Amino acid sequence: MNENYSYIGKSLPRNDGLEKVTGRARYTGDLKFPNMLYGKILRSPHAHARIINIDTSEAEKLPGVKCIITAKDVPATKYGLSPARWDETIFCIDKVRYVGDKVGAVAAIDEETAYKALKLIKVDYEVLPAVFDPFEARKEDAPQIFEEYPGNVNTEIHLHFGDVDKAFKDAYYVRTDRLDGQRTYHAFIENHCSIAYWEGDKVTLYSSCQSVHYLQYYLSQVLDMKMGDIRVLKTYLGGGFGGKLDPTGNDFASIIMAKKTGRPVKMSYDQKETFYNGRGRHAQFMEFTTGVTKEGKILGVHGNIVMDGGAYTGLGVASAYYAGSLLTVLYDFDNYKFDCFRYVTNLPPNGAQRGHGQPQPRFAFESHLDHIAEDLGIDPIDIRVINARKPGTTTCNGYEVKSCMLKEANELARDISGWREKKDNLPAFSGIGVGNGGFVSGAGYSMYRNKLPHSTAMIKVMDDGTGAILYTGAVEIGQGSDTVLAQMAAEAMGFPYENIKVVAADTDLATHDFGAYASRQTLMSGWAVKRAGEKVKQQILETAADMMYDRPVTAEELDCREGIVFLKEEPGVTKTFAEVASAYFIKKGPLVGTGSYHPGKLGGAHKGAAVGTSPAYSSATQVAEVKVDEETGEIHVINTWDVHDSGYVINPDLLHGQVHGAFYMGIGESIWEEVLFNDKGELLNGNFGEYRLPTALDMPPVNSIILDSYEPNGPWGVKEVGEGATTPTMGCISNAIYDAIGVRVSSLPISYEKVWRALKEKKGKEGKPQK
Amino acid sequence: MKRIITLVVNGEQREVAVEPDLTLLEVLREDLGLTGTKKACNQGECGACTVLLDGKPVSSCLVLAVRAHGKAVVTVEGLAENGRLHPLQEAFVTYGAVQCGFCTPGVLLVAKALLDTNPHPTAQEIEQAIAGNICRCTGYVKIIEAITAVAQNQNI
Repeated sequence: MNENYSYIGKSLPRNDGLEKVTGRARYTGDLKFPNMLYGKILRSPHAHARIINIDTSEAEKLPGVKCIITAKDVPATKYGLSPARWDETIFCIDKVRYVGDKVGAVAAIDEETAYKALKLIKVDYEVLPAVFDPFEARKEDAPQIFEEYPGNVNTEIHLHFGDVDKAFKDAYYVRTDRLDGQRTYHAFIENHCSIAYWEGDKVTLYSSCQSVHYLQYYLSQVLDMKMGDIRVLKTYLGGGFGGKLDPTGNDFASIIMAKKTGRPVKMSYDQKETFYNGRGRHAQFMEFTTGVTKEGKILGVHGNIVMDGGAYTGLGVASAYYAGSLLTVLYDFDNYKFDCFRYVTNLPPNGAQRGHGQPQPRFAFESHLDHIAEDLGIDPIDIRVINARKPGTTTCNGYEVKSCMLKEANELARDISGWREKKDNLPAFSGIGVGNGGFVSGAGYSMYRNKLPHSTAMIKVMDDGTGAILYTGAVEIGQGSDTVLAQMAAEAMGFPYENIKVVAADTDLATHDFGAYASRQTLMSGWAVKRAGEKVKQQILETAADMMYDRPVTAEELDCREGIVFLKEEPGVTKTFAEVASAYFIKKGPLVGTGSYHPGKLGGAHKGAAVGTSPAYSSATQVAEVKVDEETGEIHVINTWDVHDSGYVINPDLLHGQVHGAFYMGIGESIWEEVLFNDKGELLNGNFGEYRLPTALDMPPVNSIILDSYEPNGPWGVKEVGEGATTPTMGCISNAIYDAIGVRVSSLPISYEKVWRALKEKKGKEGKPQK
Repeated sequence: MKRIITLVVNGEQREVAVEPDLTLLEVLREDLGLTGTKKACNQGECGACTVLLDGKPVSSCLVLAVRAHGKAVVTVEGLAENGRLHPLQEAFVTYGAVQCGFCTPGVLLVAKALLDTNPHPTAQEIEQAIAGNICRCTGYVKIIEAITAVAQNQNI
């Protein structure tokens, strides 16, 4: 690795930090436009019902109400991710499918009037039987939620690589475990917000979204408009974690009502509505069977998963494929079978949340693997080291893994956590556990069929050469992409980081990029930025070649770093970047460099082969030490360690920040977090008081360590961290609790109550308390 | 019926005509244009709307504006003085305590209130002070580091 860099590999402070600590950073909800109206969505009070009639006449009479729309006023075009599962419309047409489903919208002079108008709209419903559980949904006599999903089967996957039956026959030991996940929620702090206004036949939409490109695409499809007539942009964004990828009711309704009224329309979700909007983690019910040799080498795995999809598909079809596909990446085995059913239910739709479909199956498999190790008398870390994938290998389902330091991650985590001394030597009700994880560094294929580059970038140098603007469609959602990409631009150009401005995530002003999902931007947007920067630098060197001396030199004899162009042989002979750029501008006009990136063809040919492909895969090992209160079941996570194989790291502080945040979300999902409903499908805890997010008092220390890793497919060797870091946590915490209490709580969250009950049951069986 | 109230916001006297059911959060954001104070859960659970009322941190979404009449309000916009950042603001940038930034204004004000009354807090006291502020991005690790750093430098 080349440590001789000026701006990358360094923990430079975020370029948006000052705006954010002074309160100057304006998020969508902070914006106002002259003559602006405020809109609200009308939602279904029933989990499953036929719409008989909608009467808006009383609401229309309310002073201050400017526009009311329902399904009859908007396109009926269905949308979603894969064409076979386009099942969502702007508003419900014939049926509502969950409590909170979208029936219409109101725009009024203020939000209060809009809320009042919602109460005056009379909707007659014929209430239908509803189903809230995938195991109920698959019963023969279950209510049918969609005609197009007989048996409520939304997605069905059966994949088989190698020969699992033979592997199990050849195995020394075969074990099956069933573990259950729960429905969780992203819980970003900024609720969804959109503001739309029209100028002639062109619309501008400010939206708190993770991808301006996909939103522009969805809008053009559903509203039957040219993409060129739709400008989508976002300002600052208050967290996404996958929950701001699908278009929201705000996006469509604000545009349509702005058109009808000729005024800007702002629509914000309140806290409960963000829970209604959903798109969080699917509850998955997972059975894994694994055959191993006497030494613990995995020969074959069979995963059998049932998922609660909620009412619509959105990104959920990808979640289903991700649930099984990424299981093959960390451990090397040749035989793999994956069966999965995603059922629709009358609850808010599930979708992508940090790690997409993978974290729960990873939790299940990491827990399952510990049982196998225990049964064979092998140390949990040893069994992971034995099976860790080697770099430069291909998984049985067709993913090429160039770099992989999972073995090293396990060994280092073992050493720094004091694993050898602690394992089996801790006092009663204390435990230590390990979990592995990892993720794609960007999806190999985009969300809809197209030939577009995945990322592009443009850098324009200011006329006098003293500044530069990086244009990128990458979306800063808090992870630090604007900072990391500016560091990359500075490095590639040889130009001071502090003189680079970023214009991002604006379909008019920035350049195309698929946005913030699948942990893609450092690698994919990074490639585009690196290439754009190198083009600028090349033009600087070519221009400088005539300026350095009384004799001309060639561009190859020159280099440029930190804003200084110099002769490689005689570094004392210099020109500033600014004077060379200025000379270029006078001669040729704007100095611009562009870059583009496409990952090329990846993966196999089987159905669903595209999901899980990526140019690069991260890996990580986490270890946690816990203490359980024998009397109450209370769990204290005392200390944690994370060793990360993330490729070359552009900004170590930002990477550690991602690890901390991912661990935080993972611990929350392990012990406390679960979205709950009553028997009518009504949300019980759609707020931050009762949806149990960990506070600062619950957060353990995190010792985050970066391995010296390099990914050949990444610019400067980078790969992802943001999502992969949340995938080991639930397994790690589950295994630590198991080590502490000697009994597996087999469903998430591993609440104090479940631990207490498990201990009580164990005591009952054994007649006396023991570890 | 609107009432006229007087607030001292970030050291400046401000007069506002408000409906009796309007919250301090709405007055700050909508009437005074101080959008640094964030509206999120709007029910006193997340801490994003925290401001200092006579030096004490409050969830401004739970305070009726009329109850703040005659009181001093400090928002994130009032933390910097004479163009110089407050040491907490500096530390939050330096220590990487900011990610999406939506919780940041509230956390900064809670931290200021803590250090104003307890210049040498223990780690536990810092955790307790910010326990009412939800941050979904950072896991609080670098927030606590940043506050600790300021407390140790003692140049507030």
